[in-house]
Amino acid sequence: MIHIVVCIKQVPDSAQIRVHPVTNTIMRQGVPAIINPYDLYALEEALRIKDKFGGFVTVITMGPPQAENALRKALSFGADDAILVTDRAFAGADTLATSFALASAIRQIEKGMPVDLVFCGKQTIDGDTAQVGPGIAKRLNLELLTYISSIVSVNTEKKEIVVQRRSEGGVQVLKTRLPSLVTMLEGSNEMRFATMPNMIRAARTTVKRWDRVAAGIEDISKIGLKGSPTVVSKVFAPSPKTVKAEIIQTNSGEADEMAATLLMKMFTKFPHVREQLEKSAA
Amino acid sequence: MEKFDAIVVGAGPSGNAAAYTLAKAGLSVIQIERGEYPGSKNVQGAILYSDALEKIIPEFRDEAPLERHIIEQRMWVLDDDSYIGTNYRSDAFNKAPYNRYTILRAQFDKWFSEKVSQAGALVICETTVTDLIMDGNRVVGVRTDRENGDLFADVVILADGVNSLLAKKAGFHPELNPGDVALAVKEILFLPQETLESRFNVKEGEGVVIEMIGKITQGMMGTGFLYTNNESITIGVGCMLSDFKETRMSPYLLLEKMKAHPAIAPMIEGGEMKEYTAHLIPEGGLKAMPQIYGDGWMIVGDSGMFVNAVHREGSNLAMTTGRLAAETVISLKAAGKEMTSPNLSVYRAKLDDSFVMKDLIKYKDMPGVFHANRQFFTTYPELVNKAAHTMLTVDGVDKKTKEREIFKSFTRSRSLAGLVGDAYKMWRALR
Amino acid sequence: MSEETKKPAGKKKFELDPRLAEYRGIWVFIEHERGTVHTVSWELLGEARKLADKLGVQVAGVVMGAPGEDTRRFCQEAFYHGADHCYLMEDLLLKDYRNQPYTKGMTDLVNAYKPEILLLGATTLGRDLAGSVATTLLTGLTADCTELNIDVEIRSLLATRPTFGGSLLCTIQTLNYRPQMATIRPRVMAMPKRDTSRSGGITEHKLSMIETDIITKVLEFIPDENTNKVNLEYADIIVSGGKGLKKQENFQLIWDLAKVLGAEIGATRPVVQSGWVEAVRQVGQTGKTVRPKLYIAVGISGAIQHRVGMDASDVIIAINSDPNAPIFDFATYGIVGNAMTILPALTEAFRKELSARNAEAVAA
Repeated sequence: MIHIVVCIKQVPDSAQIRVHPVTNTIMRQGVPAIINPYDLYALEEALRIKDKFGGFVTVITMGPPQAENALRKALSFGADDAILVTDRAFAGADTLATSFALASAIRQIEKGMPVDLVFCGKQTIDGDTAQVGPGIAKRLNLELLTYISSIVSVNTEKKEIVVQRRSEGGVQVLKTRLPSLVTMLEGSNEMRFATMPNMIRAARTTVKRWDRVAAGIEDISKIGLKGSPTVVSKVFAPSPKTVKAEIIQTNSGEADEMAATLLMKMFTKFPHVREQLEKSAA
Repeated sequence: MEKFDAIVVGAGPSGNAAAYTLAKAGLSVIQIERGEYPGSKNVQGAILYSDALEKIIPEFRDEAPLERHIIEQRMWVLDDDSYIGTNYRSDAFNKAPYNRYTILRAQFDKWFSEKVSQAGALVICETTVTDLIMDGNRVVGVRTDRENGDLFADVVILADGVNSLLAKKAGFHPELNPGDVALAVKEILFLPQETLESRFNVKEGEGVVIEMIGKITQGMMGTGFLYTNNESITIGVGCMLSDFKETRMSPYLLLEKMKAHPAIAPMIEGGEMKEYTAHLIPEGGLKAMPQIYGDGWMIVGDSGMFVNAVHREGSNLAMTTGRLAAETVISLKAAGKEMTSPNLSVYRAKLDDSFVMKDLIKYKDMPGVFHANRQFFTTYPELVNKAAHTMLTVDGVDKKTKEREIFKSFTRSRSLAGLVGDAYKMWRALR
Repeated sequence: MSEETKKPAGKKKFELDPRLAEYRGIWVFIEHERGTVHTVSWELLGEARKLADKLGVQVAGVVMGAPGEDTRRFCQEAFYHGADHCYLMEDLLLKDYRNQPYTKGMTDLVNAYKPEILLLGATTLGRDLAGSVATTLLTGLTADCTELNIDVEIRSLLATRPTFGGSLLCTIQTLNYRPQMATIRPRVMAMPKRDTSRSGGITEHKLSMIETDIITKVLEFIPDENTNKVNLEYADIIVSGGKGLKKQENFQLIWDLAKVLGAEIGATRPVVQSGWVEAVRQVGQTGKTVRPKLYIAVGISGAIQHRVGMDASDVIIAINSDPNAPIFDFATYGIVGNAMTILPALTEAFRKELSARNAEAVAA
């Protein structure tokens, strides 16, 4: 029996975010919220381990009340239990404060059932920092295994895990002790399709809600804005380039002519590009 | 496998109305939506008619995401570069509770769906119902595209929209006739709130609706529309699918042309496009209505062609048919009766009693009249515009001569017999 | 009711905690594996030099590894690329990267010598290490920065990075914690000049750990297959394809052009997600950042998520059938048309031009 805690985050679907043309803020209206896609690889891997060894998967997230939908979706894939850690005091948290809150919550979960593994996604699509996973590992004294491309083996008696970790130019094969924290690399597996019975079960489940007290947090100076060493001082739109592209146009509009015109213009204005091409094309 | 009192296919306005009503009455309901979230596959202008929703969720105004309540309606008949129009603006519309609102479909459906879940229905998204499960001639459940995805219920309510493949598959619905649907495209253009309010002469929360007809549809049968939302404008145009097929005009280009019309362009100037969508709208009215109930099944909303094209009302009919279908099921359940075709005929009776069938019957000939009489979209808009122009231009010609000219232009275009004929046709159709 | 003295209009004056004023200097983690330093380390030294000059402090490289010639050589190279000083930690335990000993080593160094700013490359190793170090030191870390600046008055690092999928940028500060940490992607900063006349001092520091302290063991290292190694980040000529090409078969045109130019092949995220090319070829916010001399973008709309990965290219040629595509807002040259006809013509034109030059060169 193995108990895995999977940390997920509900994020706005960044592909659909637009910038307010006048005030330069994010227009979040109507942008659908999704489970951070990288977290799905973590969830799928946890479910595979559960399928293999038998076990229990708890999904947890720190977020606003609507993050419950993300947890419910995770349940529909087959997770067993879901906890929403939500509290006004968490607002404005950066990664340090977030890892503090999640680590506290996981300690509380431990009291109910010992935790063998914590899974996280590689990073989020809205923050992109990849810092919360390592932060949680540090605080809970878990061995940290990041950019994991595959789980080679898990031994619950010996409390050992062997993984493959993506590194520059190759793969490290690492062995370490449980409990540990794993961040999964994208593409390491393919998410399963939720079955109807699981979807129905998820629709019926009341997701547990923990405020900071239930999450075991006493020191509020460590959470939310207060507990965040980094602060966003400015948000702005990238300044538009003042010079737009020179569009190549010829009388005939024939491709050959346009290509020849382009080369002539470019090589005249940028001789170093021609030099580079002569080197690499040779 | 688990059995429910009802399965609702689709989480648009009609499906939500049905599922909510059923769940509130304590029945076990499961609702299947193929989109990622309710509303993701739905497109609408969009106007919310309070009356229909009040009968389902009386306190909706407290929570539902509403854009602006409508205080002014403009009706424009457009020529190529002019229009003649009427306005109705009333302070009565500015007194709560408001009668009509503009809404953004995606957010509204999400809210409505949350209410459905809260009422106790199971809402399952990202799942497509692939088939009805039959026992002889009777529908006993649905098959979905998920593993272990067969579900059973006493009744299946089909709320899956204008192009319901399910109804077609089951043979309840013939193949959709391009002459019975319109293809509508719309854009949502972002405009800062203050600009919008000063341009349309409204205050915060107040909204304007502009309905348009005329040369903007390039001779095709159709209409255009413009709605004001809180911080954006919805602008769109829709024409009969059969007309698009015939003229091979691109709906997108049609919209672009319309946006460039000298009367319309200034209304949308500075708008940044936020969203572009297209959808089919039932237009056939009563004559295109399929069978709407049978052994173990019922049809609500667009799937049943419940749209009043003349007044451009669709979502209120959708919600009303959803509610009435649900009430039918509730009453049968309470009486311990089976969901057989004879028993479900109560649904039709309820519809007949309501504005739904009454309006559809009233306007049943309109689609046909418009189909056969394109002059209402081309000649007449031209004529009335030119007439207005003639009368309003002060150029030394005496008024009597002008009037004679106008009259001649009409009779030249349509002949006296034609004019009388047109008037008669309209009168008959509208009666 | 007490009388309050009026505060002057404008921001509250920020004052750095005096304990943190001891932290001085900018450190760059010199990342290396199997005998080679990752070039991002040099790029960061170049950037650190600029920041340090504003603050009037020194730049130091941090080299950690197994004892031997390599580490000393790396220190030398660090000096050549702009470091004034190096902190060296040699220990067999540091032979291969593992999170635990590297985190302990780095945090010990920071606590001993107190840098005000610590920069690391945003590589898999760098991010793994940075997150653990920042949490151990309970300080602020900003990841994937695209620009760094200094507010000299308050000695604050202004770290700018994309946010919300790249649609916006944000500037982040770590006001009252030290060191201020940041990771930067390879190729975002320019490579500094290598000056072999430079040198500096080395401070050695012991890693006080033993093998049994360390729980994770490296069982083996499996190198990637070396055939066809994609080196997109450092390529000087890149031909890149997007979904505008419509079908996977059409991507062949990209390969054809790249062959003639001796170019590397890049792609947008949608193309990678559709499986047309391998993921290592993805250019953009969640892919690679590139700065070639020539970037040819075919069927690419130029959305910000792709743009941030390539707009530092010297020359950008954009080919797209949509005249309103955002890529034409920042490319150098643009051709509006169908890639299926333009690309072959362009390939042929380049082929003619380049073989003509080669013939000239041979004849000369």
